[in-house]
Amino acid sequence: MSTSEKAPLTPVLTKRWLSPQSWRLETYEKLEGYTAMRKALSAAPEQVIQMVKDAGLRGRGGAGFPAGVKWGFMPKDEEKPHYLVINADEGEPGTCKDIPLMMADPHALIEGCIIAAYAMRSHHCFIYVRGEALHPMRRLHAAVREAKQAGYLGHDILGSGFDLEMTVHAGAGAYICGEETALLDSLEGRRGQPRLKPPFPAASGLYAAPTTVNNVETIATVPSIINGGSDWFRAMGSEKSPGPKIYSVSGHVERPGQYEAPLGTTLRELLEMCGGMKDGIPLKFWTPGGSSTPLFTADHLDVALDFEGAAEAGSMLGTTAVQVFNETVSVPWAVMKWTQFYEHESCGKCTPCREGTFWLAQVLERMVDGRGSEEDIDTLLDVCDNIGGRSFCALGDAAVSPIQSGIKYFRDEFLALCESNRPARAAGTVASPEPVPGSDSQAAQPVGAQA
Amino acid sequence: MSSPKGGPAGGGAPKTATTFGEDTVAEARELISRYPQSRSALLPLLHLVQSVEGYVSQEGMTFCAEQLGLSEAEVAAVATFYTMYKRRPCGEHLVSVCTNTLCAAMGGDAIYKRLQQHLGSESAPLGHEDVAGTPGESGSVMLEHAECLAACDLAPVLQVNYEYFDNQTEDSAVELVDALRRGDKPHPTRGAPLSDFKTVERRLAGLLPEDDDEFWTDVDGPSQAVETMRGAQLAADRNWTAPAAPADVPLPEVEAK
Ligand SMILES: Cc1cc2nc3c(=O)[nH]c(=O)nc-3n(C[C@H](O)[C@H](O)[C@H](O)COP(=O)(O)O)c2cc1C
Ligand code: SF4
Ligand code: FES
Repeated sequence: MSTSEKAPLTPVLTKRWLSPQSWRLETYEKLEGYTAMRKALSAAPEQVIQMVKDAGLRGRGGAGFPAGVKWGFMPKDEEKPHYLVINADEGEPGTCKDIPLMMADPHALIEGCIIAAYAMRSHHCFIYVRGEALHPMRRLHAAVREAKQAGYLGHDILGSGFDLEMTVHAGAGAYICGEETALLDSLEGRRGQPRLKPPFPAASGLYAAPTTVNNVETIATVPSIINGGSDWFRAMGSEKSPGPKIYSVSGHVERPGQYEAPLGTTLRELLEMCGGMKDGIPLKFWTPGGSSTPLFTADHLDVALDFEGAAEAGSMLGTTAVQVFNETVSVPWAVMKWTQFYEHESCGKCTPCREGTFWLAQVLERMVDGRGSEEDIDTLLDVCDNIGGRSFCALGDAAVSPIQSGIKYFRDEFLALCESNRPARAAGTVASPEPVPGSDSQAAQPVGAQA
Repeated sequence: MSSPKGGPAGGGAPKTATTFGEDTVAEARELISRYPQSRSALLPLLHLVQSVEGYVSQEGMTFCAEQLGLSEAEVAAVATFYTMYKRRPCGEHLVSVCTNTLCAAMGGDAIYKRLQQHLGSESAPLGHEDVAGTPGESGSVMLEHAECLAACDLAPVLQVNYEYFDNQTEDSAVELVDALRRGDKPHPTRGAPLSDFKTVERRLAGLLPEDDDEFWTDVDGPSQAVETMRGAQLAADRNWTAPAAPADVPLPEVEAK
């Protein structure tokens, strides 16, 4: 293929995944592994940060904050130790890229950590791995061991004078620990609950010392930037969202999987590569970047899936976790399931989210059970208004995304669930009064419930 | 390597010495030494406790408190926050079925329900975190429903002791738990050869097999699922590549600070 032609897939992170034992140091080094580290260690830390800034690499953990800019917030002095913490807590429903990445190519992450730590003058890096991600954790432990033996970690790395310790740390099952400040509390051995920002981690993070938290995919991208340069990186993706990105396509498609494509790829293009909808059953709704990103429909097939494109179309890019649902799936049911997830994972620190998600789940369960009323839809939206933007952390905003977008695009389906209830009531055959399974009847009125 | 800090004077574990012997104390100290501040080792220590007891008992919490110089209330507040710390004895195996939306729509809810009935009965299905069989005995199985296990492209999925069994059906899941109940250890789709809950909790604590062969056998357990490599494979088949990276790109010059 000629180089001027733009390829639909651009494997950079995933290109080594096909190699036998891709997780071994030997394989990694045959495929340019640890060359970027050598290059970075021979330059000044500021040059490394500048390179990442020039490349325009944006965080892959969901929020899309420019990585180089974040690194630049770290103090230049070393009055306190600096920490680099890798967010490997992957738990956003739909998201399934960091775990295969750590299994297939753990050394890419470790090389990225060494470069990032060097740039930020950090001498201790923690990789906080979701507890359920056992096999990736094994691969990381093995990679750290190999890297140490090769002299890439520890004291005076390759005679550069730079020291770096690395600790692989297992979480214990709590989605909220993916939120970066909750993660830091968890890493300090506490309940994982978000902290007030500011201060931001760069000023006061782990042990109240300057800290940067980055996602696995963000950091694993760094070695390729150091080697290829910013122009090369920017040859993929768009002006404001440059580079390749792993799109994780799941659900009702013929060939679900991990597809690494330039940012700005559309669902139409992804579906083509995935062999289309499973058994030809038409698309109904999908998430562009996990359950926390408002739903899209078949009207959004041509939305450019980059940070700007997804936002302009009323959603968010999130983690590019593309969950595809066909016509057989009920939207209120799917929304109920996700709401139950947020209810379960709410850390309980703030009232709007703790109480609100509980009520949202109750109302949705009742509706899906066929015992809802039209007013319940308004109740849902009212409760959402009292959570979104009023919660302590972004989990609250995330929790209302599926509901608000679900009702926006599929109100009829919610109405239809209530419809069956109406004539029954009118005719006096009142629905059975027993409580919703699992309901807690003495709990307070929902926030914003009509009198 | 920094020296262990933060343990109470004396370091031993008088109150809990019966369950947690000297070896466990030594392992706890080693884990603590990996962190600049000892309290950071609390999550690993709770995993270590589970590797000994199969759950976190009151005694287990006391052990952590003693090792870290924390109050028992502080430890309990943490232990109860995280779903992976079991408050009741787990079986030899832990079976976690993903019932988050995507998996549920692809059959995960049906799998969970079927396992509940299969391991319990139609009239008395096994509940969340209930055990079929007797904890501590071979073939006992704790069942739980789990949130998204980050394997949605292989839905519906379940895990046994956190090893992945991908692309499940109701029948394959029933076969799997029957094998576990018989004392067999089917190989996961992705992961190390199946062991048991307690062994895996050691790994989560951060303690890997000391034997080199065992270490690498575990590490080299399969992971290259078709789904994982689909994009990379398609690109290889079609000869699609990222733009060629130029050689020897200099890092940008910046003014020395
Ligand atoms: C509820 C919640 C869960 C999150 N989970 C994750 C996660 O599992 N992994 C991740 O990298 N970021 C997660 N984030 C985003 C992090 O807070 C943070 O923005 C990110 O780790 C920064 O890394 P990046 O700049 O490289 O993207 C989560 C955020 C919230 C609010
Ligand atoms: S929004 Fe929810 S998860 Fe976030 S702090 Fe409040 S209760 Fe906890
Ligand atoms: S929804 Fe089951 S693994 Fe993601």
